[in-house]
Amino acid sequence: MDFSLSSDQAQIKDLALKFAKNEMIPLAAKYDEEGTFPKEIFKKAWELGLINTCIPADFGGTGFSSVDSVIISEQLAYGCMGMNTAFMANDLALLPIVIGGSEDQKKRFLTPFTADFKIASFCLTEPGNGSDAAGIKTSVKDAGDHWILSGEKMWITNAGYADLFVVYATVDSQLKHQGICALVVEAKSLGIELGKKEDKMGHRSSDTRSIKFNQVKVPKENMLGQVGDGWKIAMATLDHSRPLVASSALGGAQRALDLSLQYAKERTQFGQPLAKHQAIQFMLAEMGMKVEAARLLVYKAAWLCDQGQKNTEIASYAKAFAADSCMQITTDAVQIYGGYGYSKEYPVEKLMRDAKLIQIYEGTSQIQRLVMARELLK
Amino acid sequence: MNIFVCVKQVPDTETKIVPTSDGQFIETASIKWIMNPYDEFAVEQSLLIKQANPAANVTVVRVGSVKDTEALRTAMAMGADDAILVEAQDNLDSYSIAKALKGAIDKSGKKPDLILTGKQAIDDDALQVPQILAQMLNLPSVAVVVGFELNGTTVTAKREVEGGALEVYQLATPCVIAANKGLNTPRYASLPGIMKAKKKPMTQFSLADVGVSDSDRRVKYSQFRLPPEKPAGKKFDATDAAKQKDVVAQVVGLLRTEAKVI
Repeated sequence: MDFSLSSDQAQIKDLALKFAKNEMIPLAAKYDEEGTFPKEIFKKAWELGLINTCIPADFGGTGFSSVDSVIISEQLAYGCMGMNTAFMANDLALLPIVIGGSEDQKKRFLTPFTADFKIASFCLTEPGNGSDAAGIKTSVKDAGDHWILSGEKMWITNAGYADLFVVYATVDSQLKHQGICALVVEAKSLGIELGKKEDKMGHRSSDTRSIKFNQVKVPKENMLGQVGDGWKIAMATLDHSRPLVASSALGGAQRALDLSLQYAKERTQFGQPLAKHQAIQFMLAEMGMKVEAARLLVYKAAWLCDQGQKNTEIASYAKAFAADSCMQITTDAVQIYGGYGYSKEYPVEKLMRDAKLIQIYEGTSQIQRLVMARELLK
Repeated sequence: MNIFVCVKQVPDTETKIVPTSDGQFIETASIKWIMNPYDEFAVEQSLLIKQANPAANVTVVRVGSVKDTEALRTAMAMGADDAILVEAQDNLDSYSIAKALKGAIDKSGKKPDLILTGKQAIDDDALQVPQILAQMLNLPSVAVVVGFELNGTTVTAKREVEGGALEVYQLATPCVIAANKGLNTPRYASLPGIMKAKKKPMTQFSLADVGVSDSDRRVKYSQFRLPPEKPAGKKFDATDAAKQKDVVAQVVGLLRTEAKVI
């Protein structure tokens, strides 16, 4: 057993962390306050190869492993969880193509993302169904030489800036899982209507909208796999993306821990630094323990992916544990900062707001526990 | 056109420095190494020249331990073509390092047109290697450079002097230029760059290969130790006007007898 990073991974980590510290942290509070989409930072990260890490080398990508990807995502989330949501959304949208696309589809859709800076969106959730993903209402009808896509999607990350959408729709909602299809829809298609940008509690720099598909014509060759393959593709995507989302919580938790350690050494109360008070020491210890445990789960979930082994159970542990720990750790960070922590002058309240979303999106912490129990009781 | 960039590998600025128990150097086992930040400006400048002259070849040279080759790999990931590593202990003095760099450049078989360095390394802050190297190579040099232009074989270098003024020099290549902060904005080593760097050639020499021996050492270190901890400051209460005279006398007395600054 070897817990160390390879020298390549150490270099990748250094680059991503340097980028987070130099390019993201200085602007995170401003972008959060103004709700600015971090397009320039996104592009800069893309130029360095930090984005779209799921694209295989055959299609112009870096060909990184899942472990490499979570290492990168953890560092970028250390810079800003909100910006990292925008970055990760590209991988989330491209993974279904990597997993379920034909050679031709991969060439057509993945390669342009390596040649130019482009943005993608994953469209699964609908206004009427979140956790119950199989209850999709968005419909896809066979119109001879093309598909007709109709319906509304909700909470779509990057929607306002996307060049490409990967949309889940059903040929017949009575068929439940068996009727679901995955379609690649170009943003320039006629009949796409964007909703207004959601005013969110956290991750405010990521662009989240509803999106309507009004009788949108989609070429026949844009369906991933066959009719009914959509559910399988979506679930396989989530097995890959859960470690990634969990790594975002991990990066945020690490930032909260680092800020807390720094503040606890600087701030004096009752004539000595906070760090000398046992009440604070215990909180710091708890934070450190959870960060390290979350990291082991996240890396293991990604490693299983790379080994081609089923990671559903571990990925759910990783996602729920990292997200719940991040919430606890960022909340405690605000507690350690006290009144200052509650003020926007200091960086920890943003971490606490950002942490909350990771317990909700990509499968809530409750859904993860359902998945865990199902796997355990198999 | 052959450009040589001399880089040093130094402890990361956030490293907690611990002297070895015998006081002969610092503990290096747990240090995270980075490229000396001033050398990053030198590397960047070489790459800007290479962008304008695609035929230019950039070689990075380093003298130091082989345990970690972070600085050379980073430079090649940024875009340098090849690297030379002269294997040596990390606590050589400036003279030995300069002599080793000269030896490595001579041994490379490439005639240097330009040698770039950082103005100083942030570990020992000696500010000597660029000048000693230029002297040994018998080449003109300018240090603390914040502006650089190359026209054919003419270099125009601006260097900072006291009071924020700039001195402007014109030199003929080959020459040695030592970069300061502000010369340019170093690029990141991109991930594709990091992958490509693994395939770039790195030549390794021993100190003997480049003609350096123990007798070249000009500085012998007697002891490495941390600076003494600063004692807590003293506060004097001078709010009471009637007592101010006494307080002032007390402060002046302590400045004389204790702080010994007046």
